[in-house]
Amino acid sequence: MRVFRLLFLVCWPWFATFANAEKVTIAAAADLKFAMDEIVSAFKSTNPGADVGVVYGSSGNFYTQLKQGAPYDLFFSADIAYPRDLVNSGLAASEVKPYAFGRIVLWSASLDASRMTLESLTDPKITRIAIANPKHAPYGQRAEEALRSAGLWEKIEPKLVYGENIAQTAQFVQTGNAQVGIIALSLAVSPELASKGGYWLVPENLHQPLEQGYVITKRAENNALARRFADYIAGKDARAIMIKYGFVLPGEIAGS
Amino acid sequence: MDILLSDSDVRSLWLTARLAGTVTIILLLVGTPIAWWLARTRARWKGAIGAVVALPLVLPPSVLGFYLLLAMGPSGPVGKVTQVLGLGLLPFTFWGLVVASAFYSLPFMVQPLQTAFEAIGERPLEVAATLRASPLDAFFTVAVPLALPGFLTASILTFTHTVGEFGVVLMIGGNLPGVTRVASVQIYDHVQALEYAEAHRLAAVMLIFSFLVLLALYAWRPNLKKAS
Repeated sequence: MRVFRLLFLVCWPWFATFANAEKVTIAAAADLKFAMDEIVSAFKSTNPGADVGVVYGSSGNFYTQLKQGAPYDLFFSADIAYPRDLVNSGLAASEVKPYAFGRIVLWSASLDASRMTLESLTDPKITRIAIANPKHAPYGQRAEEALRSAGLWEKIEPKLVYGENIAQTAQFVQTGNAQVGIIALSLAVSPELASKGGYWLVPENLHQPLEQGYVITKRAENNALARRFADYIAGKDARAIMIKYGFVLPGEIAGS
Repeated sequence: MDILLSDSDVRSLWLTARLAGTVTIILLLVGTPIAWWLARTRARWKGAIGAVVALPLVLPPSVLGFYLLLAMGPSGPVGKVTQVLGLGLLPFTFWGLVVASAFYSLPFMVQPLQTAFEAIGERPLEVAATLRASPLDAFFTVAVPLALPGFLTASILTFTHTVGEFGVVLMIGGNLPGVTRVASVQIYDHVQALEYAEAHRLAAVMLIFSFLVLLALYAWRPNLKKAS
């Protein structure tokens, strides 16, 4: 018994922190990196002591992990279908709310992409074009749809290389290994990429809308901090940051 | 096979085999002199060279992938050379993967060979020298036959390790069907697309293949010891 008492005493600080501290872990689509970091620090400044951790990655990966019981309290998905599916499987503790309609852009680190259109990609001088893998990356699917609607898919497909996600796609272009890429607007306006070159916004009528949404997961049902953060996301301050990084809802204009 | 695996799965397996085979042949040519030198030299920098060769054993594939992507890119040192030579850029090409895999699998070729060469000792080569065999002659007629088990082990480990590669390929491959979409990446794509049935089939093929190869390797090794 003495051993147990000792063990309990030694472990008490951990039990105590579990019981008292409010903690929330967010799984966020990789394209949210810059916007979410800023939102979290803004949230922390008005909620001192709140422990908010963010994990960035592919929405499909998070979806699979959440189905296997991953310890995330909030899920921000680049494709709203994933959180909707969690709601249908009873793994969510809230409605799914959209936080943006993703837009895709042409972006290049070496060429002036702001003067390009999708037609420019047929230029024989452009030999490598990066898009995200359309098989599972939502931005890749929209890129393929846009190229198909423009009637350019057959001509451009032989030049394509596929990023595992939209961030890797941007990185292929940033390193110059691909001359042009079709990436997320949110990445093109991010500080890391905006300094490198302009972008051309692909008209949204060329592809299906890329609705992005978030949900509170089942495990955070009684997590007050998770609910506060979810409310904060819908508020004015967080929206302003989202818009700055290109995550716009209908009626909002990026970068303003 | 076609009933079980889709065309693109079969294609990825064939590509994987082609990549692993090419890398094994190249590393036999490149790794043998390195292993020979490491086994026989008393040079001061032997330790440093040995450490460099062993680096891929401990480095995360992401480190190798990151450096290679930058080095082989248009403004990287390797990329500048390949462009001058008219080879274009290596990322997203089969030969880019060959170069990356050769770095990645180098210790799996060099270390078993080095051990095998060291086990031969000085004596057989000295005898060969007294019989007026040139060093090259002695290497091919004495050292290579004696180290043959080492060559087999090294080749099998190099081949299977290249088959098992994933991180580096993901970072510099660009996922092109028939060019850089190897079986491990194909499985990852299936999982990402939630195509678990397809992922299961291909994963099972990889599991059985790897197990059988290693089983053959381990079952065969003791016999060889008895024989020698």
